[in-house]
Amino acid sequence: MNRISFFWPFIKLGLTDVWRHKTRSFLTMLGMVFGVGSVIAMLAVGEGASQQALESIKRLGSENIMVMSVKPSEDEGGSSGAQRGRLAVYGLLYEDEERIRATVPGVVLTVPARMTRRTARVGERQLEMRMVETVPDWFSVVQRPLLAGRVLTEHDMQMRANVCVLTEHGVRRLLAAEEITGQRIRIASGVFEVVGIVKNETGGTVRAPDSEADGYIPITTGTRLFGEANIRYSAGGMEGEKVELSQVIVKMRDTASVEPASKAIEAVLARFHKKKDFRIDVPLTLLREAERTKRTYNIVLGAIAGISLLVGGIGIMNIMLASVTERTKEIGIRRAIGARRSRIVVQFLINTCVLSIGGGLVGLLLGVSIPLLITAFSGMPTVVQPYSLILAFGISVGIGIVFGLYPAMRAAALDPIEALRHE
Amino acid sequence: MIVQTTERLRPNADEVVRLDDVKRHYLVGDETVRALDGVSFSIRKGSYWAIMGPSGSGKSTMLNILGCLDRPSEGAYWLNGVNVAEMDDNELSDHRLRNLGFVFQSFHLIPQLTVSENIEVPMLYLGLSQAERKQRAEALAERVGMSHRLRHLPSELSGGQRQRVAVARALANDPAVLLADEPTGNLDSATSVQIMALFHELYEQGKTVILVTHEPDIAAYAKASIVLKDGRVLSLTEGQP
Repeated sequence: MNRISFFWPFIKLGLTDVWRHKTRSFLTMLGMVFGVGSVIAMLAVGEGASQQALESIKRLGSENIMVMSVKPSEDEGGSSGAQRGRLAVYGLLYEDEERIRATVPGVVLTVPARMTRRTARVGERQLEMRMVETVPDWFSVVQRPLLAGRVLTEHDMQMRANVCVLTEHGVRRLLAAEEITGQRIRIASGVFEVVGIVKNETGGTVRAPDSEADGYIPITTGTRLFGEANIRYSAGGMEGEKVELSQVIVKMRDTASVEPASKAIEAVLARFHKKKDFRIDVPLTLLREAERTKRTYNIVLGAIAGISLLVGGIGIMNIMLASVTERTKEIGIRRAIGARRSRIVVQFLINTCVLSIGGGLVGLLLGVSIPLLITAFSGMPTVVQPYSLILAFGISVGIGIVFGLYPAMRAAALDPIEALRHE
Repeated sequence: MIVQTTERLRPNADEVVRLDDVKRHYLVGDETVRALDGVSFSIRKGSYWAIMGPSGSGKSTMLNILGCLDRPSEGAYWLNGVNVAEMDDNELSDHRLRNLGFVFQSFHLIPQLTVSENIEVPMLYLGLSQAERKQRAEALAERVGMSHRLRHLPSELSGGQRQRVAVARALANDPAVLLADEPTGNLDSATSVQIMALFHELYEQGKTVILVTHEPDIAAYAKASIVLKDGRVLSLTEGQP
């Protein structure tokens, strides 16, 4: 209590001083304003981006391993590849899925999927539909909140039923009706009943395998109706691919077994695939990479913000040195009255802190509003974290003390007799 | 032996100020300036002294030493029973804070602070609570006849009023010695008379007042006087009318 009662007059004095030199104080504070503002804004933007990345990776499941078919490069191996009019055969097979399940320890589930594009018709409208032909387990591995109806079932699988689960995105493209489940759509040669709607994944830096899909059908139905070849007609001929499985998602028992398992899968597949026509993505690794990237990003941002704060601090120090000269007489008076040197130091430190905290508070407002503007105008997510506000305050006080110390020491070092004589 | 000497020199209880062969030498270039060259005197509690002398007599140096802003090069200066010559900067500051009240020629109020805040400055360093400070500042302003101007800034006051505020501030720590350096130097004669009346009043209330001046008219208000010349005491008159 007594402490506050001692400090308050000096805080007040600092505030009066700032007020008396409004323009000067404002210009001095600008450095702090931009420094603190950029620290908070950059942290918010960085945090928003990385949270988005982390979230999309987490949604892939940190205990999952994604094995994907990739088209082998042309020059690799003797394959006749995707030559015009020929059928390119590559990628994962059902056998691969079984081998993984049989040989890799700790596997809980394997989910095969085939990504295809088919022509869908609803009434008169016709458009290309991006499909995921898969098994019901897909929905237990990749989280897709159900919006209406149901997802695929084992029964659908066995019956090879013509049922289809649409994504929100797919619904928007295909149907305009109010009651969507129960509607029928024609996909290539089959008529499918829409049984459910799931939520799409939106945005994100790491794409889920089905991020742009319009709908899901049972893989057995897909095989029955369409086979495994995907034939595209293009100018000058036709191109075809035969890919048994575009993707196998391997769900592991726990995150600890993910990394050894991914190596085991690599080894198993390499034995049976002469060409490198698969790729293994481990969300956990991606997660770690994202975290590493975030750290690097934070260091770079921190350095930039540090430089602007340094400049702001030097500006404040400069003004405080001028203030010490201006107030030499006051210092002399206070010393004559009996203030110890340390009291003078404290007074000037408080004065500097008033400036730096004032600048910091304005910077805080700037730093909080910039991310809001960014989100409003570009849709980029930003997250202002509570700790960054404390950080801003801490930085302000820190700058005040670090850059106030030298002027304050100069003030305290003045000889009282000389200072009193100063005009 | 040394202990005995110190004992012998230790001032009596009623000697609030005592100087024993105080010397203050400066080195200016190669030359030693003897601003004070062996000054000894003592001032009893509750007395009213004037220290006089022409410029260059060592008056300012005397003021600085009496005011604990400077230390003697040699000799001992006892203020309120403590030898100042042996103090470090912090002790000197504390000694000023507790035992001295300054009144300066050009008032030396802090321009950004109100009358009340100016009077509160010494109390702030003494660690008084806000309520105590406020109450005491009001009482002191009353005492010097400035209670109607508590919220004003020094720039809004006349010279005489400023000096009254300065006196109130000098009394804020209830000092053993009130040290006034040419307190009327910047005032017209009518106001000077009022300020000197104020000092007289304080003397009557039992304060020890030391006036440093070169004006005989002003020195005449004091009850005793020391005249300095060339860093030495030229004459010492006690019980002056």
